[in-house]
Amino acid sequence: MSDVMMDGFVGTHAPARAVVYNDNVVKKFTIATIFWAVVAFLVGVVLALELCWPELNLGFSFTNFGRLRPVHTSGAIFAFGGSALFATSFYIVQRTCRTRLFGGEAMANFIFWGYQFFIVMAALSYVMGYSQGQEYAEPEWHLDLFLTVIWVSYAVVYIGTVLKREEPHIYVSNWFYMAFILTIAVLHLVNNVAMPVSVFSAKSYSAYSGVQNALIQWWYGHNAVGFFLTAAFLGMMYYFIPKQAGRPVYSYRLSVVHFWSLVFMYIWAGPHHLHYTSLPDWAQTLGMVFSIVLWMPSWGGMINGLMTLSGAWDKLRTDPALRFTVTSVGFYGMSTFEGPVMSIRSVNSLSHYTDWTIGHVHSGALGWVAFVSFGALYYLVPNLWKRSGMYSTKLISWHYWVATMGIVLYITSLWVAGIMQGLMWRAYDQFGFLQYSFSESVNAVHPYYVIRMLGGLLFLTGALIMVYNMVMTVYSSTTERREV
Amino acid sequence: MPTKIEKDAFSGRDTTGHEWDGLKELNTPLPKWWLWTFITTAVWAVIFCIFYPSVPGIHGYFKGVLGYSTRATVTADVAALAAQRSQVLDKIKDVPIAKVRQDPNLMAVANTAGRIAFANNCQPCHGAGGEGRPGYPALAADRWIWGGKLEDIQQTITYGIRSGHPEARQSQMLRFGVDGILKPEEIASVADFVSTLYGKAKPSPASAKGAAIFAENCVACHGDNGEGKREVGGPPLKGAVHLYGDTREAIIAQVTNPRMGVMPNWNARLDAATIKSLALYVHALGGGEN
Repeated sequence: MSDVMMDGFVGTHAPARAVVYNDNVVKKFTIATIFWAVVAFLVGVVLALELCWPELNLGFSFTNFGRLRPVHTSGAIFAFGGSALFATSFYIVQRTCRTRLFGGEAMANFIFWGYQFFIVMAALSYVMGYSQGQEYAEPEWHLDLFLTVIWVSYAVVYIGTVLKREEPHIYVSNWFYMAFILTIAVLHLVNNVAMPVSVFSAKSYSAYSGVQNALIQWWYGHNAVGFFLTAAFLGMMYYFIPKQAGRPVYSYRLSVVHFWSLVFMYIWAGPHHLHYTSLPDWAQTLGMVFSIVLWMPSWGGMINGLMTLSGAWDKLRTDPALRFTVTSVGFYGMSTFEGPVMSIRSVNSLSHYTDWTIGHVHSGALGWVAFVSFGALYYLVPNLWKRSGMYSTKLISWHYWVATMGIVLYITSLWVAGIMQGLMWRAYDQFGFLQYSFSESVNAVHPYYVIRMLGGLLFLTGALIMVYNMVMTVYSSTTERREV
Repeated sequence: MPTKIEKDAFSGRDTTGHEWDGLKELNTPLPKWWLWTFITTAVWAVIFCIFYPSVPGIHGYFKGVLGYSTRATVTADVAALAAQRSQVLDKIKDVPIAKVRQDPNLMAVANTAGRIAFANNCQPCHGAGGEGRPGYPALAADRWIWGGKLEDIQQTITYGIRSGHPEARQSQMLRFGVDGILKPEEIASVADFVSTLYGKAKPSPASAKGAAIFAENCVACHGDNGEGKREVGGPPLKGAVHLYGDTREAIIAQVTNPRMGVMPNWNARLDAATIKSLALYVHALGGGEN
């Protein structure tokens, strides 16, 4: 961090110079975020329906569960989450560095259209049956190469902006976003090393085989969670909570310590996805202990988020957008506690391969990632489109409660289903025979799958309420900003 | 370098003096409970690594003072369960299958073992109650291809059908259409005839023509009246159950280019006593013959 005072600027005494920010690209990514949110949630509901009643895949290959699932996961993580991160990171980096985005309009637009093109091509390739067969890294080699170009451009623009900042220090959000950009680049490059069958073939074979492939895949997969869905969204949280609460960040020191401990611990925790596999025991043990030590570094972000509200808790009553952000931190705390618990080998022997894992992922994805993004979107949209505020505060409240009910139904039903599956699979009768067959466990979870589907439907409904509210905010005459 | 440190009125803490876009930070120390929990987990991690396999080396890894191994644990668990099961399975292992059936105590064992073995191994193809599904024979009905006596079922489960095992049950239907043994119109009239065997069609001049072709080509395996021949595994054609469909088109397709299913030899996966239990369980599903 540079302590050099630039251009004679000293803290808050500097005269406010009018920097024209590139909000055009932020607006584009904001629209993409809202669009992909609806797509990802909708496909999720379709998949949940297929799990309840498999005939609903209608017998087409491209609506088959196996092909649609990566559309949902990539849609939620990379299309919705990714677009939200691009939008907020570009918004935040310009304002906290008090400088326009590095690289000019053209580069920003290239990143936007390139990334959207990547998403569409990836989704199309999944439904057409192309896949590397590696979770969250399904796109084949040519799309991987294309994404690399986009990602490097993103790194150049982001780091370039930080380097030409007009503030002496780098704000905490930017540390998290930079850790995310750099680590995702490394993960993407290493996990996707593959040999194409030919230059003209979409098919390739991974450079790694067997357990090495599994280990690298879960080093990638776990840190996609760690850096894409955790670190980067913490960057988002560190800007919008103090903004919406109008309070200073609770502890600068905590932010430093939990940032470095989080990024150091997370990268080692991947092997907990491979307990009781052919992965050597020593690697399993290390994956588990690093996951448990990761608990407090994760919670550092929750403490800083929640404690920042000290002195502003009353705002939760009047600002439903802040309610989203604060609730997201609550879910973040819950799932970053649940994760280490599930990484314990003996707990994992019950939870692994069950729907508990799916529930855990969604308490993070719906409760944390989506909620903090909704909170940010409700702040961003009126600001970017220069409106006096959101069209309807009441509808934000409706979105909040409908979505919260959805999450509660989703995760509680899958807790019950998952623990029940785990217990059924390991139950023996007095002679030592299995008490239940696998198909009996499938029958047993059916009602919970229906509840999960309803939870997802509520979450989607909430998102549609948000879309209506956003559209009205931009177009309604009631939100026109009056000149002061 | 702090630039303008302020005191926050609410918390009484100083800010760090920096400001970004109106955002400030307090200089609050680390929460004690957070720090101590963090340190505790780290200390615990080190202790855990001393007890369990943890640190890798060039030629192996540190095994941990407890000598724990997931593989050894699972192997021991599996062996313990096998030992527990063999206490009851051994009771029926050397008893002839017909004798087991007469002894209610032994049948209790066979039903327990057979039920779960059926649900985990047979149900995916044959259905939960052995009702069968297209391409997979029903076990609960009296429509046996290879015989429905206890010993027949035991034999089928043990060695399978077209499984590649030398003792497997083998039968092969000729490719009457593909290999040019019969002309398409001949196959069509055979289908017309076969349809009359189970009342799907009324006898007609076409079916009469088919009857003659049937008598020349099909009776060797399917019997004079389509009643099936178990000794060669020729499925019955008279009954209502047809593996690959009972429409005229389905019969034509099967005669032209026959589909022939495979059943694995389960002796590669299940022990003899479990297979015996399975045979008794399947026999009792509703189709067993004496």
